Amino acid sequence: MTVNLPAAADLAGAAPSALERPALGPWARAAWKLWSDKAAMAALSLFLLIVLVCLLAPLYASQIAHTDPFTSDIDGEITINGEQVALLQPSEEGLGLGSTPIGPTWDITNYFLGADTQGRDVMARILYGGRNSLFIAGTSTIICLFFAAIMGLSAGFFGGLVDTLISRLLDVIWAFPIFLLAISLSIVLIAHGIDIGPISITAGSLWLPISIIGIVYIPYVARPVRGQVLALKESEFVLAATGLGVPSYRILFRDILPNVMTTLIVFVPLMLALNMLTESALSFLSIGVQAPEASWGTIIQDGQDVLYTRSWVAVGPGIAIVLCVLSLNVLGDGVRDALDPRAKLRIR
Amino acid sequence: MTFAQRKEKERVAPMRRMTWLIGAAALAGTIVSSAQAGSPSPSQLTTADHRGGKMRLVANAAAGTLDPQINYTLQYWQLYQSMYDGLVTFKHAKGSEGFTIVPDLAEEMPQAQDGGKTYVFKLRKGIKFSNGQDLTVKDVVASFQRIFKVSSPTSGTFYNGIVGADACLKKADTCTLEGGVVGDEAANTVTIHLVAPDSEIFDKLAVPHAVILPASTPPKDQGSTPIPGTGAYMAAAYDSNKQLKLVRNSYFKEWSKDAQPDGYPDEIDMDFGLTEEAEVTAVENGQADWIFDQPPADRLGELGSKYKDQLFINTLTAMYYMPMNTNLPPFNNVKARQAVAYAIDRKATVKLFGGPKLAAPACQILPPGFPGYEPYCPFTKKPGGKWTAPDLVKAKQLVKESGTAGQKVTIVVEDLAPNRAIGVYMQSLLKSLGYVADVKVMSSNLQFTYIQNTKNKVQMSLTEWYQDYPAASDFLNVLFGCDSFHPESDSSVNIAGYCDKAIDAKMKDAQATGITDDAAANKKWAEIDRAVTDAAPAAILFTPKHVDFISKRVGNFQFNGQYYWVITQSWVQ
Repeated sequence: MTVNLPAAADLAGAAPSALERPALGPWARAAWKLWSDKAAMAALSLFLLIVLVCLLAPLYASQIAHTDPFTSDIDGEITINGEQVALLQPSEEGLGLGSTPIGPTWDITNYFLGADTQGRDVMARILYGGRNSLFIAGTSTIICLFFAAIMGLSAGFFGGLVDTLISRLLDVIWAFPIFLLAISLSIVLIAHGIDIGPISITAGSLWLPISIIGIVYIPYVARPVRGQVLALKESEFVLAATGLGVPSYRILFRDILPNVMTTLIVFVPLMLALNMLTESALSFLSIGVQAPEASWGTIIQDGQDVLYTRSWVAVGPGIAIVLCVLSLNVLGDGVRDALDPRAKLRIR
Repeated sequence: MTFAQRKEKERVAPMRRMTWLIGAAALAGTIVSSAQAGSPSPSQLTTADHRGGKMRLVANAAAGTLDPQINYTLQYWQLYQSMYDGLVTFKHAKGSEGFTIVPDLAEEMPQAQDGGKTYVFKLRKGIKFSNGQDLTVKDVVASFQRIFKVSSPTSGTFYNGIVGADACLKKADTCTLEGGVVGDEAANTVTIHLVAPDSEIFDKLAVPHAVILPASTPPKDQGSTPIPGTGAYMAAAYDSNKQLKLVRNSYFKEWSKDAQPDGYPDEIDMDFGLTEEAEVTAVENGQADWIFDQPPADRLGELGSKYKDQLFINTLTAMYYMPMNTNLPPFNNVKARQAVAYAIDRKATVKLFGGPKLAAPACQILPPGFPGYEPYCPFTKKPGGKWTAPDLVKAKQLVKESGTAGQKVTIVVEDLAPNRAIGVYMQSLLKSLGYVADVKVMSSNLQFTYIQNTKNKVQMSLTEWYQDYPAASDFLNVLFGCDSFHPESDSSVNIAGYCDKAIDAKMKDAQATGITDDAAANKKWAEIDRAVTDAAPAAILFTPKHVDFISKRVGNFQFNGQYYWVITQSWVQ
């Protein structure tokens, strides 16, 4: 494998710890660099903790909170301090209009963050919602990076007509404001789903927002990849390989792709954060995850109806989104610093 | 200084001035008494005293075109009452008196001729449009033609019974309604000929789509360009992103208090673009006088306690219901439909809508107080006239008998908070009955047309129906008549696709009876109501109530059964 290693001059200002380990390969060195970045590690830990907690949602709902976060419990009651309390409390003042869900009990086993307008446990829904939000963000990131890599590599490496076609296609997607495009696609597809040849996605499927989010961000990744490939194509090691008669596919996959991989990896946390925000926005607008499935966006939408009286329904998932996006952005910075040789001069 | 303060000052004055003071006090008393008579308490103020001022209404968004022959929204129909007139109209009065039809531009209600197929309307004289033009017979004839030329949403349903309407519906551009609407300028009359007798013709002529506009009005949607009318107010400016401004029509002279009364405010502004939360806050702070939209759920408690004197809650002639597609499994099986009707906990749906003060459980098609309404509820634990509790045992038994358990059902609901909540509740309920249920939430702009089109294969949906006019057929025939079912069309308001030829024949019979005998017709409608309810093409959930939240300064609030708050009959000073 040929990897475009940083020149010695680039490492002049690097951390001594990195230079003290000359035996380390570039990936190990990057990993070590990331490991020694405390902020990035703290962000990674926080993100992994959120992922872990969300993965344990079924356990929490069934074993700790003993609730079904997807079923309405309009007439339900719970016991607080020995008293039976209705989950939806009818107003008793004045004309007695409306009803208010119970607020946070701060008891982890008993409607910790209170109930929503249908008497469902907000905490359990946030955890389940996190699973969907993270799953959509993760999967759409993979889809986005996969197609962006193929398009960027093909456009940059083959050039000519291939480059023109792919670049113009990216231009077309790029020409639309991202949210407008995502919202338009969602509104059109949410009614009927996708049914093109072998690809069939039903309207309520999570794969619908995944596909939409994955597609709309492809230009954001594909363009830098293409630019990098164009530069790599003119580098000496590629020219040498070409001169030696190495087949194109081998140059592409053995020489160029590994060098582009660092860019793609840097994009992972950033795209995760971006996709999570997009998913939340679409779900908030009812054109992402469909009820009764939850995502942080749909829960915020539910909370909007009781923002004045039970703000935790919206604030809870809001905090979860902020923590996730913040941790991913800090982690993204760390990953970029670890993998980008020029950035090493700016680390410490 | 008030009269009481003045009296107190006199009591502590030196005794030597007593004699003089007695005389002075007597004089003062006389003056104050007469002064009081001159500036009476708010309840004693005359119409002229309240006249004037600017009323500010707020709404989340505009309601589209301002063209009265095209717009089909409550938001603007409510305003059209004071802007436009038809030959006849609904009385501008409070309560169910608002359902009474009174002559408007016509001098009197015409007698049916030719067995109920001909009506001759004599126009009032001296009425002018807001552009100064006189109202003439030509304007009336042109306005009826224009209904078809602009493809008014009700041209094919309300006015298709006029002679010549068939040709107009086929070729709108050249519509003349020849032989259908005939003007006689010399006699100042307009004669309307119908293909067949129609017991609801006056209702249909009273809604805004049949208002009279100047003959020169272009035969296309006028969008945001105000069209002159004959009402007490006219639109002075309209920007759908900002504001609709109504001012007095300077050519207006009141000809009938029942049909078109003069209004109190000099100007009425409806501002757009506020969220429902902001609308409520604006009225609380006295920055606005009324909100068009219903207050959000989380503000109801606050409004009901702190602002209860500014809150008016009125029962509507409307229903929230869940049409079940009678042509698709599992609801092509009557037992499956009845099972759902038995299982629904109406109390729970009422709770999700805002509580018992804002809705009342229902299980029959006709709403309370409507012509033909006789209390009937078969789908409850104790069948009778009133819903008491869900009967899950019976429901599960019916599902078992229908053999439909395990089938997949998708419920399509609007993207509104209570609708989403009811959709999710219904999903839980269907699951408990043994179905595999899903909820699809759709934008409010799309849902109503989406659920009507059979191509979308909608099995179950949640929607609401508000009366166009007070007639049983507006619920039973419009929503469940065979003629209202148009497969593969976005305009098929018989969403359940229910068509029972025998019941349909009974509906036509009841309509025919209504031409001569309202009471007998209403008996027949009550029977049809029971028959359709039994067949359960839709699960009826509840009768909603309407909340009007007004500012402190608004006086003389009147709720009209037909068009709700009669805006111009309230004052702001």
